[in-house]
Amino acid sequence: MAIDKRVGSAAEALADVGDGAIVFITGFGGAGFPNLLIRALRDRAPKDLTLVVNSATHRYSLTHELIEAGLVRKVICSAARGHGKELSPFEQLWKAGKIELVCLPQGTFTECIRAGGAGIPAFYTAVGCGTELARGKEVRSFEGRDYVLERAITGDVALVRADTADRYGNLTFRYAQLNFGPVMATAAKLVVAEVRAVTSEPIPPERVQLPGTFVDRVVTVPA
Amino acid sequence: MSATEPLNRRQMAWRAAQDVTDGLVVNLGIGMPVNVADYLRPGIDVFFQSENGVIGAGPLASPERADPDLVDAGSRRITLRPGAAIVDSAWSFAMIRGGHIDVSILGAFEVAANGDLANWDMRVPNKGPLVGGAMDLAVGARAVWVIMEHTTRAGAPRLVEACTLPLTATRCVRRVYTDLAVVDVTPEGFRVREMLAGLTQADLAARTGAPLTFAPDCGRLAPPPIANAD
Repeated sequence: MAIDKRVGSAAEALADVGDGAIVFITGFGGAGFPNLLIRALRDRAPKDLTLVVNSATHRYSLTHELIEAGLVRKVICSAARGHGKELSPFEQLWKAGKIELVCLPQGTFTECIRAGGAGIPAFYTAVGCGTELARGKEVRSFEGRDYVLERAITGDVALVRADTADRYGNLTFRYAQLNFGPVMATAAKLVVAEVRAVTSEPIPPERVQLPGTFVDRVVTVPA
Repeated sequence: MSATEPLNRRQMAWRAAQDVTDGLVVNLGIGMPVNVADYLRPGIDVFFQSENGVIGAGPLASPERADPDLVDAGSRRITLRPGAAIVDSAWSFAMIRGGHIDVSILGAFEVAANGDLANWDMRVPNKGPLVGGAMDLAVGARAVWVIMEHTTRAGAPRLVEACTLPLTATRCVRRVYTDLAVVDVTPEGFRVREMLAGLTQADLAARTGAPLTFAPDCGRLAPPPIANAD
């Protein structure tokens, strides 16, 4: 059967995401948040999710809706600070002991996901050495310098925001939308992309920024 | 404004910018450091890298040209300079961690005499942690410069013998630009390169939490008048 990864709705694209899923969410600085998919996941409401997301509290991401809805058991991120004087929904639940938090340096966060998607179970990095974020982690010296052992991250589903797709799932990104899309798409069993538009013709090979072989389902964001 | 007043935040960024030389790849941290881009010396051509993957960040976009997909690590809507490129996060941090950034200019809470840096966690009760790329930048850049006030608002020194706040990275800071002085971190500790006119060595030492030495050619820190826009 001819490959066609287009799906009619975000709800359909996430129909088999279950309780306890480890969910990657792209986006950084306002660019590349898959907010259509995040809201569809909230409506589907699987429980005990682990979110792997750069920021648990970015004001332009709808990640907070998953947290407020009580669907999240654990967050792995590099930023979890709210913006206002009031505690953010994440901070309230974290302080109440209802959400577990793993905070990683951002480059380590990315590399854990990259490694997970590339079949590498762990790696050493100098980042974090001598800090609280390396507490309890194995340290090994190479050529006289200390490095921390970090474990790879893999997951069940990745929610990826991109600009255009074709029926094969090939993706292009606008500007800084790219951020975590490529690494997260390699590390999840199910990869769902939301895009501004699906092109009728295949995307020219040299313009593909994330090959469709890493993408399972594509949803178009309504204009 | 008299030349002997402490530098304002824009003037501190101006002073750091005077040390940015032609052809460098520079990462500017959120806060005071991003203003460095406004005060480069004439003819200096550099690439500013932003940790979200922008290589060649330009000035802020005007409101009518602002694009929500074209942002820097501080969520500011920016433009691109000629020759810019955009990469994904893994590539961006390979660039940072792999020593491909010449200078990382960061804000800080404390710097220790051995170059230890504390700039990510002030231990504010109940607030969630926010480390972002701070540790990667402090460890991976070829040189780390810090821009920060010489003391806290309460007058406590920020240049200290040992950091009291959680560390970002150990032994990484090479130079510190404060509102009172330009201070190098050397194997012998803090060495003052420039200081505000009207301040004595004893004045500066009294506002510093670790011993100071003074470079033989220690100069005057004399910024032009710049309105503090922050």
